[in-house]
Amino acid sequence: MKKDFTRGMRHGIPIMLGYLSVSFGFGILAIQKNLSILAAVGISVTNLTSAGQFAGVSVIAASGSLLEMILCQIVINLRYSLMSLSLSQKLDKSFTMPHRLIAAYGITDEIFAVASTQPGLLKPAYMYGLIFTPFIGWSMGTLLGATAGNLLPLSVTAAMSMMLYGMFIAIIIPPAKKNRKILFVILLSACFSVLLKFLLPMIGDGFAIIIAALVSSMITAALFPVEDKEADA
Amino acid sequence: MSIVIYILVMALTTYLIRVIPFAAVRGKIKSRFINSVLYYIPYAVLSAMTFPAIFFATGDVVTSSVGTVIALIMAFFDLPLIAVALGSSAGAFIAQWIISAVC
Repeated sequence: MKKDFTRGMRHGIPIMLGYLSVSFGFGILAIQKNLSILAAVGISVTNLTSAGQFAGVSVIAASGSLLEMILCQIVINLRYSLMSLSLSQKLDKSFTMPHRLIAAYGITDEIFAVASTQPGLLKPAYMYGLIFTPFIGWSMGTLLGATAGNLLPLSVTAAMSMMLYGMFIAIIIPPAKKNRKILFVILLSACFSVLLKFLLPMIGDGFAIIIAALVSSMITAALFPVEDKEADA
Repeated sequence: MSIVIYILVMALTTYLIRVIPFAAVRGKIKSRFINSVLYYIPYAVLSAMTFPAIFFATGDVVTSSVGTVIALIMAFFDLPLIAVALGSSAGAFIAQWIISAVC
């Protein structure tokens, strides 16, 4: 139990470092939009999501309606539903309803990425550890950005924004080397994503990701259905 | 409107999006097709999030591309996540430094 938690925490460290830089930027932005330090940190602690928060702050700054806020969050964050559904199939028996209600809070792109590619089933303690370190990074980064945002040179913060993408690459490339089907879905999804971004930019990044991921997974699933044993791995 | 209400609405919406599928789908899904889709989804989502966004991550296509290539090479050699993440950042930073020194 304790071992699972520390293992999760360890797996969360790269995410934490990436989050420090992204949330640092969020802290700076929130202050620029006239939010208080407390509000900036409050948003990060309760939401734990990057794009949704950036958009949410813009709605607040523009004194938008609550309906606008809700729609904005749904569009940008709907991809989390896909991730939750995928993770729901990978949960250990010990993942009872209270654990599900708590752990759902921490499903982010990066935490999902690491959790879903773990061998075997997920235990609550592991998920909590995996959520804990990134949570600290996300809240601390926001606090630092909101209080001392102008201290770091721009070149450093710009370079730091590569971190999370670098991590994504490190997650998808090794399995793609071993498994042609995974390589196929990765290439297909990237193609759809690029096409949507440049041909239909008006649909927005949130929807573009959902459409690209769903369509490419469905095509790949139809062409190369996986064995039950494979799916459990 | 109070900022607290905005924050609560924002947090609740985001939480519901995450918790509904996570808590509602309790059994194992039987359909082979859906299971196959769910098996591929993580890779597809990550790929769609990474491309083309990674080429604009630093705000500059050249330095971002340097970081991308370094990440791809390091990942190909199975280096740990944190090494790849730091390596691609360092690559983009050094590229920026070289460009500003030369130009």
